[in-house]
Amino acid sequence: MIFLKLFWSFFQIGLFSIGGGYAALPLIQNQVVNVNGWLNVGEFIDLITISQLTPGPIALNSATFVGIRVAGTLGAIVATAGCVFAPFILVSLLAFLYFKYKDLSLIQGILKGLRPAVIALVGSAGLSILILSLWGKNGFSFNFKSIDVISAALFSLSLFILRRFKLNPIFVMMGAGVIGGFLYLLV
Amino acid sequence: MEEKKPIYLKLFLSSFSLSAFTFGGGYVIVSLMKKRYVDKLKWIDEKEMLNLIALAQSAPGPVAVNAAVLLGRRVAGWRGSFIALFGTVLPPLITLSAVSLFYSFFQSNTVVKAVFKGMQAGVTAVIADVTVDLTKNVCKEKDLFSILIMIFSFLLVFFLNLNVAVVIIICAVIGAVRRWLWDKKMKSGGVS
Repeated sequence: MIFLKLFWSFFQIGLFSIGGGYAALPLIQNQVVNVNGWLNVGEFIDLITISQLTPGPIALNSATFVGIRVAGTLGAIVATAGCVFAPFILVSLLAFLYFKYKDLSLIQGILKGLRPAVIALVGSAGLSILILSLWGKNGFSFNFKSIDVISAALFSLSLFILRRFKLNPIFVMMGAGVIGGFLYLLV
Repeated sequence: MEEKKPIYLKLFLSSFSLSAFTFGGGYVIVSLMKKRYVDKLKWIDEKEMLNLIALAQSAPGPVAVNAAVLLGRRVAGWRGSFIALFGTVLPPLITLSAVSLFYSFFQSNTVVKAVFKGMQAGVTAVIADVTVDLTKNVCKEKDLFSILIMIFSFLLVFFLNLNVAVVIIICAVIGAVRRWLWDKKMKSGGVS
């Protein structure tokens, strides 16, 4: 039955995607293209691109996209449910342990070691996206002339507005999208 | 019971709107969560938010989903975790359903691409803004060890492309060992 297959496939994707969104890609490809043949490779690549343009993590985006193509709205819901099932249970377990034992000195020590790491991970992700938006897919180069000027300007302006006026980040992102939209279309 | 209702609604709306703006990778949600739940709503403090994110990264599944579930649980119990989960999965469910219907139009459309490129710059600025704040706060603590962990983790992930889970395990072990040694020192200090 297709719904069971969808659920089970995405259950596995959810269960084994440790370490952030893009770690899930090979898993998704394996399940969706190789094992079940729901998408071909070209469609899978399109999915990755689309996922960049839509809200939500790639795993959830894939679940909806594949689910709806394969079995309509219910398929999308079932695939999404499968995707979050294992994480929800494991995270809830972690939450239970955390709230129960968080005052233990050793746990405090572990968390103290993790907090700066979390900041570093966020910073690293941010820097990667910055390099991507300034230099494009080819990545950083010392050729500063190759920098996307519009991107650099939008980034600087947005950052300035955020730090100086503390505007709602969602509005800043939307504003950057609108202004950037105009500028990129004009150029 | 009446005072609980506004929290559930606010939690749902916040989870939904934060998820609706998590474009291009899950990490921007950390910044959005910090601004919404720590700065604006003041439901948790920064330290606890970082703890929750650390836990979110330690479990399988997308960070955005895990973080929402943890926050929901923290703020409104088991029901809260469901509400936050629900709010988080709805935006992709709705958007991707619409997109898959207009799929070839969507991904080749120049307007969409232009707006996305603009948004990407905005997203980066949001991440940078929060990272600067978080880094400043770590430095304010004047704990050299924490600062070293931060730099070390950054190098491992950014330059060596180490899997996030590996970095988490390493830092968790370092944190545990450091605390264990410190506790031992305190105990033996007390005895003499």
